[in-house]
Amino acid sequence: MKLLKLTWSYLRIGIANEMQYRVNFFLQLLQSLVALATGLIGLWLVFSQTTNLAGWSQPELLAVMGVYILMGGVIQAGIQPNMQRLMEEIQEGSLDFALTKPVDGQIIVSIREFRFWQLTDVLVGFVVLVIAGIQLERQVSLWQALAFITALLLGGAMIYSFWLMLTSTAFWLTRVGEMVNLFQGLYAAGRWPVTIYPDWLRLTLTFLVPVAFAVTLPAEALTNRLTPLTLLGALGLTIVLLVLARIVWRLGVRSYSGASA
Amino acid sequence: MRRHIDFYLASMRIAVLEQIQYRAQNYFYMIGMIAEPVIYLVVWSSVANQQGGSVGGYTAGSLAAYYIVWTLVRNMNIVFTPYGWEWRLQHGRLSAELLRPVHPIHYDVAYFAGWKVVVIVLWLPLAAVLALIFKPTLNPTWLQVLVFFLAIWGAYLLRTMFLSLLGMITFWTTRVGAIYELYFALELILSGRLVPMTLMPAWVQRVAVFLPFQWTFYFPINALVGKLGPQELLSGLGMQLLWILGGIGLVNIVWHYGIRRFSAVGN
Repeated sequence: MKLLKLTWSYLRIGIANEMQYRVNFFLQLLQSLVALATGLIGLWLVFSQTTNLAGWSQPELLAVMGVYILMGGVIQAGIQPNMQRLMEEIQEGSLDFALTKPVDGQIIVSIREFRFWQLTDVLVGFVVLVIAGIQLERQVSLWQALAFITALLLGGAMIYSFWLMLTSTAFWLTRVGEMVNLFQGLYAAGRWPVTIYPDWLRLTLTFLVPVAFAVTLPAEALTNRLTPLTLLGALGLTIVLLVLARIVWRLGVRSYSGASA
Repeated sequence: MRRHIDFYLASMRIAVLEQIQYRAQNYFYMIGMIAEPVIYLVVWSSVANQQGGSVGGYTAGSLAAYYIVWTLVRNMNIVFTPYGWEWRLQHGRLSAELLRPVHPIHYDVAYFAGWKVVVIVLWLPLAAVLALIFKPTLNPTWLQVLVFFLAIWGAYLLRTMFLSLLGMITFWTTRVGAIYELYFALELILSGRLVPMTLMPAWVQRVAVFLPFQWTFYFPINALVGKLGPQELLSGLGMQLLWILGGIGLVNIVWHYGIRRFSAVGN
């Protein structure tokens, strides 16, 4: 309960902060639309040469792109800013201020930052999903909608855990600013369903760096490909990743020696 | 002239010494970057295979060659970013650089050129791994290799000029991220970075001929991977040279007017 109130407070501060800069909303929207346009052009180029890509039709791949944009918005708004701040604080030794708070350290470093305007991508992604749904000409059943939302939540949790593990390497490596680029490169693989990649790459993108899997999973729910077994497996994977991230974080904090304050 | 050569050699040496210390970081960066061409490669090879072996004149093997050479060309195309200019102007860092007896852009060109030497060395093992995985078909002539070597440096200079121009917009406005993103999106599509230009619709290819973008990506890659004759290779280098000279001219003009607007206190 206390944690929920805390999260809400940070969220409100984040929103209030961004509300000061309203023009940024339009600039952000413009950037989201430019990104959408390039994505659509890429898709259109592929389908000007062929009618299906590894068994995925054009509207189905549009759904994948919708999830990709939507999830990207969530990452940019809530996950990445926190992780970047954490990276800086570990490097500069000012993480003490977070660790000495009377709440669990991992929770506090994960909720401090919130970039409200980045949610334009969530909006754009949602619109793309709706258009893909119309093109698919298929009724979305209640079970599908539920599976989609579950898959989305699981995907978000997977990406969060993976990001936290990447960031925690800063406890040992100190300077890890390049990780942002590394993560974004890997996340870009999610633009296409993982099933199109060669086996070794597909397994890597599912189990080792589950970022692309996190995007494909909800898209599979919408396009009738998701079996209950896969969803269950994804749940298992998410739990494993959350626990792993927790362990890595704890080990990292133990070897942290701040020099500020 | 001699003064400039000394300055270039010294700055390049500093860049090499500095960047060789950050091998791990350089590698993280390169690995993150390699995801992009690998994704394109996988998508387009699967299209090529579905089409009975080739798409737009590229087989799976030559697509592999295209996107592996792409990784080197992309690295050569990393120059001082417009966001760097934005930072440099907003934080008043330019003041200190103005005190030096050489134009600040010389430092950008020299430093990044030195860095490229480290990047090329680090790139070689990465390219070997990619070649083992994706099995490219590549048999260039000696002339092609020579032209490629010149063309990647031409691309480097060309992109430096145009991104500097873009960065100098900050002299007039403060928030320019959206303009940069628009430029990068255009470049992605019109340069051959997304797909080889022959996969683009004919009218896009016709438009691209009149723009600088394809001389930084498509031309250098194609010089090595494609089947260009001696005349096309040399005229390509000529086009690069023209765009570089044009870019230098524009940079000088914009700098001339922009610098008058610059006022900053700081160090």
